[in-house]
Amino acid sequence: MTEKIVNDFNITFSTINGSGSSTANSIILKALFKMGIPVSGKNVFPSNIQGLPTWYSIRVNKDGFLGRVERDDIIVEMNPETVTTDEDHLNDNGVLIYNDQFILPKFYKRILSYALPVEKILNECHSPITLRTYLANMVYVGVLVNILKIDLSKVNEALDEHFNGHNSAIEPNLQVIQASFDWSKSHLKKIDHFFIKPIIKTQENILTDGNTAAALGSIYGGLQFISWYPITPATSLPESLNEYLPILRKEKFSGKNTFVSIQAEDELAAVGMVVGAAWAGLRAMTATSGPGLCLMSEYLGLAYLSEVPLVVWDVQRVGPSTGLPTHTSQGDLTFSYFISHGDKEYPILLPGSVYECFEFAWRALDIADELQTPVIVLSDLDLGMNQWITPKFKYPDTPINRGKILWEKELQEMLERRNGDWGRYLDIDGDGIPYRTVPGNNHLQAPYFARGTGHDEYGRYSENPDVWERVHLRLQKKMGKALQIIPNPIEDENEKATIGVISFGSSDLPVTEACQILRQNSIQSNYLRIRAIPFNKKIQDFLEEHEKIYVVEANRDGQMAQLLKMNFPNHNNKILSIAHSDGLSLSAKWISDKILLNEG
Amino acid sequence: MASSIAENNNEIGLTRADYFGEPTTLCKGCGHNSISNMIITACYEMNMAPEKIVKFSGIGCSSKSPAYFLSHSFGFNGLHGRMPSLASGALFGDTSLKGIGISGDGDTANIGLGQFKHLVRRNLPLVYIVENNGVYGLTKGQFSATAEKGLSLKRQGVNIYLPVDIAFEALASNATFVARSFAGDPKQLKEILKAALSHNGTAIIDIISPCVTFNNQENSVHSYSWGKGHEDPLHEIEFVPPRDEITIEDFDKGTIREVALHDGSIIVFKKLAKEYDPTNRNEAIRNLEEAVRNNWLITGLIYVNPDSKNLIEQCNLVDQPLNRLPPDYLRPPESTLEEINKKFM
Repeated sequence: MTEKIVNDFNITFSTINGSGSSTANSIILKALFKMGIPVSGKNVFPSNIQGLPTWYSIRVNKDGFLGRVERDDIIVEMNPETVTTDEDHLNDNGVLIYNDQFILPKFYKRILSYALPVEKILNECHSPITLRTYLANMVYVGVLVNILKIDLSKVNEALDEHFNGHNSAIEPNLQVIQASFDWSKSHLKKIDHFFIKPIIKTQENILTDGNTAAALGSIYGGLQFISWYPITPATSLPESLNEYLPILRKEKFSGKNTFVSIQAEDELAAVGMVVGAAWAGLRAMTATSGPGLCLMSEYLGLAYLSEVPLVVWDVQRVGPSTGLPTHTSQGDLTFSYFISHGDKEYPILLPGSVYECFEFAWRALDIADELQTPVIVLSDLDLGMNQWITPKFKYPDTPINRGKILWEKELQEMLERRNGDWGRYLDIDGDGIPYRTVPGNNHLQAPYFARGTGHDEYGRYSENPDVWERVHLRLQKKMGKALQIIPNPIEDENEKATIGVISFGSSDLPVTEACQILRQNSIQSNYLRIRAIPFNKKIQDFLEEHEKIYVVEANRDGQMAQLLKMNFPNHNNKILSIAHSDGLSLSAKWISDKILLNEG
Repeated sequence: MASSIAENNNEIGLTRADYFGEPTTLCKGCGHNSISNMIITACYEMNMAPEKIVKFSGIGCSSKSPAYFLSHSFGFNGLHGRMPSLASGALFGDTSLKGIGISGDGDTANIGLGQFKHLVRRNLPLVYIVENNGVYGLTKGQFSATAEKGLSLKRQGVNIYLPVDIAFEALASNATFVARSFAGDPKQLKEILKAALSHNGTAIIDIISPCVTFNNQENSVHSYSWGKGHEDPLHEIEFVPPRDEITIEDFDKGTIREVALHDGSIIVFKKLAKEYDPTNRNEAIRNLEEAVRNNWLITGLIYVNPDSKNLIEQCNLVDQPLNRLPPDYLRPPESTLEEINKKFM
């Protein structure tokens, strides 16, 4: 018999969209996590409400490599339509677990399989007819618990949490799980070689998704105003805000809100409200995906020129156009970099983990306020909607920074200090960042007329060529300050390295694993993960220090490579793009194969 | 303080000049300037503190005008057709502020119709003024969506589309205050502005504000001869002839009045009858429909719901302005994050 494989395999649940499998899948994921085992859960789902095939993959990896893998070790087949095609993805020695109502194709005989008597078990449990489609998924939960040796008490815990302790919901599920577990114990002989063993790898971690993390990070960053329009895969970010804001941000004694959340009529209005709120001194943000970001382009130009601090989260999906709405991509990078017409520049933050979604969310609000400019945060569907193990969220370690806001007293002091000379767009400190007042300031000299048209340092309309250029050059200076306050890249140094590897965002996991595979193939690499734009000195140094740099990303055009080449033209011949976009997150195998091929 | 000065002061000690803005750069005789003047007068007479007012506008001739009144108020000249969203965010900064939004017919009825209608249905406390001349001025005379069918413009030919009626659109979106007036009828306009500034919600005022430069008919004999007489080739659009503003004498309620514009075209105003009840939505819709069929423009307060709840009131906000909340209001204590982390373990 083949050697036991412990805590290192991939399970895919093949189900029908809308059949309620997500509860079953997330309970298994949570139970494994509670056993201390590094796991990730990835949902590959169609743009559909009910009826089309959907796959959920759980990767179990004792070493913490949790990026996507291309093949499965265990397939749980609950969809008769995909039963003939899913087998293509099954590894040799893999096992198929399927509903015994399905007729397997003849060639399946060569693979290991377990047939589950789903109907029989549901009958014996007297499961209500209305819940059967949904409860069928609990059959594979019970069977997996037995054959993989998952701790049943952890499954119970996960179930309890999932249903917030509501017994009426927990009971029918638990009954089917227990019955399936018992049936499996007495009827199934273990023929596969996959095992789960508790370890202690995840005790300081949490299990959640990037959109929830971003929502929470924003709340701890003092977010006061959110306006948004529903769009996959961003929607769960504002919905998490709507869940947590009322819990976390009510005034204690009055129970009244310190925040506003408005679902707008479209993304034009969503960002418009955010610009208005931010101009009026509120911490404001919106969350969208590529198509929405396209619509926000106009307002972002206005916010740049009128110097309004706000945060836009783009949870990326595959574009252009409607593209693949439910599939992941890192394809909005160059669009974000150049968004809106005319000369402009925006700080772009690139969280690479769920933990960083939380951290960058509160930092983004500070950065926007400090620079008085829009900040774009690029997440993606994989990071935003999938479940990840991530370090516990860390409470912000710096106080809320509202930047240069003058209220009545500060404005009066400044006017006295400067013989009455203050203007909204006057660069008093020489860092390109002026002092702003906001509506509600009762000082007679506080008001100004903001506009997207040419204006001088005092906010007065101007078409004077010198004034325009002066103001526009001053705006450019802000990026100098940005370099000091945006997140630094993270470098994984290796003294023996012969090549450099650069990536960003959710490609971090597969790239880290790919570097490991390269090491096993005697190729040593230094890995740099870019966490923000503009590019700082550390990134330039990395390019200088390496003879060959592979830039890895999940888009067709190699957008990060394009930006690096544009910013550092001296290194153009050293930068090699490893880019790929098919709607799935990158796999370590694909990355390492590409690099190995090139390295000969 | 000398009594002669004090006589010009309103109840909060300000003179009318304290409500002025920068000198206007709109065409001489433009109806928009008289609307700005009426806003100044209304705010002055209503003893409104300029720092308690915020101005908004979109893009177009009309949208330039907030620079020409209330210099001591904050203002934001935003994007074309997108002022409603800008105001909707900004007025949450400090909910004790009153918003005045200035838009045009193109800004509202063409590019901005969506935002306009959503603003109305949310009932943001904002006086929303449409300076309606049926024509694009800054791009030199194209039809807007409020231009009447059959109107002919120099380079555009004849308008073949039926117009959008702003008052109708507002009512259809459940507006709580709908009025129409005429820039050349300062007395009525001032009354409507004051009512709008007192309204608890979105107050839509469609103000017919003739364009003295572009909205004249090429085939109009008067227009043609007027041009000839002044040796003013109307094809020369860079030259803007000075003209007198159109005004009408006040006329009795319940009557119909024809007003001749410079170019000889006619606008028919029907003032609403004394017994008209502006709180009756059915009557408002019936009157608007009747006016459309008869080619009238009804003016006055068409509809008001004095008991409406505005957007801000529905948000259950803390009493102090949101933009003055201290950091400890904005960042929950560390213990709450520990609880959240536990939930995800």
